[in-house]
Amino acid sequence: MAKLILLGPAHEAAGRREDNFDGPTLDDVLQEAVTRYGAEFRALLEISQVWLNGESAAPTTLVDSHDEIMVLPPVSGG
Amino acid sequence: MSSAPTSDWISITEHPLSPDELSNWVVRPNCGAVVTFSGIVRDHSSSRENVIALEYETNAAMAEQRLHDVVDEVRKRWPALERVAVHHRIGRVQLSVSTVVVAVSAPHRDVAFEAARFCIDALKASVPMWKRELWEGGSAWSDETSPIVNARDQ
Repeated sequence: MAKLILLGPAHEAAGRREDNFDGPTLDDVLQEAVTRYGAEFRALLEISQVWLNGESAAPTTLVDSHDEIMVLPPVSGG
Repeated sequence: MSSAPTSDWISITEHPLSPDELSNWVVRPNCGAVVTFSGIVRDHSSSRENVIALEYETNAAMAEQRLHDVVDEVRKRWPALERVAVHHRIGRVQLSVSTVVVAVSAPHRDVAFEAARFCIDALKASVPMWKRELWEGGSAWSDETSPIVNARDQ
């Protein structure tokens, strides 16, 4: 199970800050997340970046229990 | 979460920031210039009046790593830089209080001004941080956002 971390507006859209998914690929995790969380999350995901263990990754990348997937909506720091 | 100060001092913190402390810390005998930027909470945004506070959310470990990337990049671009300090608040920050402080030192002012400007611009573009605007009776995520990029691409 890969861990999905939902930050800022993504945690609000998903209704949680963390979740777990089976995969097997990064894209499978994101598709399942959209199914679980609904339209608001889908819209936010479209404008967000997704990092696997702190870096960009191809949608076909295989993920397992050591992996941390982070959804990063457009930022507003400073 | 503060790094042990050496030549870089990076912190993501819930505690109040002190621009004076950072300005003093970057002073070096061979430096004739210190530039300090302090970003503070203002009472409005592009879409709202009467803002009374901001509330910042992040993943602290990731944000700290990305701040290090900003400092690495600024040192590549301005090798004459001496000390660099970048601190960012998380949690709730009240009106007119510092949310972020950048302080840099260099032998001459051009490098200090340019490097400090780069640091705050690259921080805003590359560090995973989100703020809510708070007003009497409500709050909302800021809509002054930008897609996250790498500091080297700033």
